[in-house]
Amino acid sequence: MTLLRVDDLCLSIGSLPILKSLRFQIEAGQVFGVVGESGSGKSMTALALMGLQPGGSVVSGVADLKDRETRNLLALPEDAMCQIRGAEIGMIFQEPMTALNPVQTIGAQVAETLIIHGRATKSQAMVIAREKLNRVGLPAKEFPLDRYPHELSGGQRQRVCIALAIALRPKLLIADEPTTALDVTTQAQILDLLKSLVAEEGMALMLITHDLAVVSGIADQVAVMQHGEIVEAGATADVFREMRHPYTRQLFEASSHVPKRTQRAQDEPLLEVLNATRTYVLPRTGLFSRPPPFKAVNDVSFTLNKGENLGLVGESGCGKSTLTRAILGLEALQAGEIRLFGQKVTPFMPNALRSGVQVVFQDPYGSFNPRWKVARLVAEPFHLRDHVPPEWRTEVADALISVGMQASDMDKYIHEFSGGQRQRIAIARALILRPDLIVLDEAVSALDVSIRAQILDLLADLSDRFDLSYLFISHDLSVVRAIADRVLVMKAGEIVETGRTEDVFANPRHPYTRQLIAATPKLIVGKAG
Amino acid sequence: MLRFATTRLISLTLSLLAASIVIFAVIEVIPGDPASFMLGLNAEPDTVAALRDQLGLGGSVVTRYLNWVGGMLTGDFGTSYTYRVPVTELILARVWVSLPLAIFALILSTAIAFPVGLIAASYRGKVADLGIMSVTQLGIAVPNFWFAMILVLIFAIKIRWFSAGGFPGWDQGVFVAMKSLTLPAIALALPQASILARIMRSSVLDTLDQDYIRTARAKGLTRSQSITRHALRNAMIPVLTIIGMQFSFLMAGAIIIENVFFLPGLGRLIFQGITQRDLVVVESVVMLLVFAVITVTFVVDIAYAAVDPRLRKRG
Repeated sequence: MTLLRVDDLCLSIGSLPILKSLRFQIEAGQVFGVVGESGSGKSMTALALMGLQPGGSVVSGVADLKDRETRNLLALPEDAMCQIRGAEIGMIFQEPMTALNPVQTIGAQVAETLIIHGRATKSQAMVIAREKLNRVGLPAKEFPLDRYPHELSGGQRQRVCIALAIALRPKLLIADEPTTALDVTTQAQILDLLKSLVAEEGMALMLITHDLAVVSGIADQVAVMQHGEIVEAGATADVFREMRHPYTRQLFEASSHVPKRTQRAQDEPLLEVLNATRTYVLPRTGLFSRPPPFKAVNDVSFTLNKGENLGLVGESGCGKSTLTRAILGLEALQAGEIRLFGQKVTPFMPNALRSGVQVVFQDPYGSFNPRWKVARLVAEPFHLRDHVPPEWRTEVADALISVGMQASDMDKYIHEFSGGQRQRIAIARALILRPDLIVLDEAVSALDVSIRAQILDLLADLSDRFDLSYLFISHDLSVVRAIADRVLVMKAGEIVETGRTEDVFANPRHPYTRQLIAATPKLIVGKAG
Repeated sequence: MLRFATTRLISLTLSLLAASIVIFAVIEVIPGDPASFMLGLNAEPDTVAALRDQLGLGGSVVTRYLNWVGGMLTGDFGTSYTYRVPVTELILARVWVSLPLAIFALILSTAIAFPVGLIAASYRGKVADLGIMSVTQLGIAVPNFWFAMILVLIFAIKIRWFSAGGFPGWDQGVFVAMKSLTLPAIALALPQASILARIMRSSVLDTLDQDYIRTARAKGLTRSQSITRHALRNAMIPVLTIIGMQFSFLMAGAIIIENVFFLPGLGRLIFQGITQRDLVVVESVVMLLVFAVITVTFVVDIAYAAVDPRLRKRG
């Protein structure tokens, strides 16, 4: 039975068309996947269905929700939409860390869905909230109703969001990138939960994601979106087997892209980490008690050789970033030693040593001063030198050209560039001093698959041309697999497994590595539908 | 929560201790000997020395500091050089004007600012918002003594609802006393309310952009429900900070308004103390104000924790 029939859905902001005549159907009790890159209009489609599109946008078309009666969601007045939101259609969002009200208990937030629709008294609502939290895997013993969101992890918060979205057993749950901000193992658990909700509650799920693998494992039907249009749609197995539209093929190729590289690893250590330990002091438990220490990095040792690409994998909170800061000489170690080119790395190391290692961070939006022009941003590492070279603008231009940008981009501001372009500029900034080692801290994690593939190609090409080594830090196994010669698996501050990339992925020895690999969604293609 | 309060209480005590040392030291180093000031230019050195002893200005610095602090702890603030009465008496008489005035003004300012700020935020960019923003801009720009004079012109001289100044005392009845504080309180409150309303507006707007408001809307809350049920409490933190600061200002900063309305408040007392080198009065009143400010900060800190559960765990 068709639950939602969308026909000729258009949305424009000003004169700019965002959604162009979308047509699709969501069947009751099925999973409908929407795939596409950022800016393709996936989220806007969901918001338009919910009547929550940004102010100033103009929506037209038909979205018939079939229930006892058929109602066109796009034509309903606001108060009628308030009746539908939360009751007929639930929605969860990408960022669970900020999706909950920080000053309300989780119980109150789940119960609110019931209270606001007048379906239960406050005390009844709390009882149902308890049942729903149990249902999403947050048992009463560990997660009483009076817990606050800040006491929960990202995955647990996403479970609370799911609980409040399904509290009234909506016919349709819209999940907008529900697992993008989560670790692989948590992602697998949340996807399992969504799958079981669809199966047991008879609910339809509209799953929006940029990750083809996520969709291929869960969706019955899939629509591929590009520039506000659905370019290909159909049964998931058929779409992935046939890939009629070039964009679908392009997405598919990009998501399993392996850049071409020449093996150049030499037997000459560039970076040596010897029994590194980084301890933080936690808040005191009592007024006069000694504050307990927390070992964020515990006795970690490894060597990165010249010309080598070393991958460091682990989930959030495992100590990757702490280790990175120690390697960059931003924080001191409590025990052990880090040596770069044979010299000791400390927060007080000489600038000459510091200029040998540069870094590219994850967020292409937050890692630039918005008031500086690109020339000054890229030239900034020159302050590590005694003198800024007189021909510095030429060097900036060369660096920009080598990352595929243009010399004329120098005099623009950073907001004029897209995420992928910004990450290229960040790489240009890292290259400007011709370092031997670049630390890439989740450098491609915030990028779309096709942009990510381009950046990976660029990185491979640059390492060949400039004889660079990379320390590639990521939570994304497929990316590490594509670019690293050797891989280190980190868990709770310790390196649990290390080896050549193919060996580790083919024969993971540590149970945690196996768990990580098993949790990574795999793109299923070619299976007959 | 208890630990949070305890640590705040300890830091409050330390702040008071530090403040008392600083105040004492400053009074020590500023020029002008009260004894010679009181006796005039032609006084004999012997007479000056005798008066110094009598005023408790003899002895070592440490002894005098300890005497001063010890005295304050037992409610004895010393004797005023000029009025020749215990400072405690002077202060008590004035506190009963300044404190009610400050509380009155603060209640008014909050009562005006909350709805006004909320309306501005709800009608962002609309006529109501633009109107409120211009009026509050004016409220901040115009000095409060000018407001005070306008209020006197209208309500005391033209329509004669209130008296133009003076304070009859609480023994005339609460209504009469409060009535005489009404115009000063309004004059004090209007600029404060303008600031607070703008803070309230921007704070609510900030919270409305948060993801949890989107979650609330997806649950089926209307726009106004999502403001009252979710945005408001989250918007309170910056507003509380400003309210705390305003109260401190109203306690000590009402001096101009006290002068306009001839109110015997703390501001006038300290002003007279300074001009007459009545150092005992000055240091005691300053210490009292510091105590008030620090106590208010403590209360605001506790209020933060009541509003935001994330703060309760911190020490």
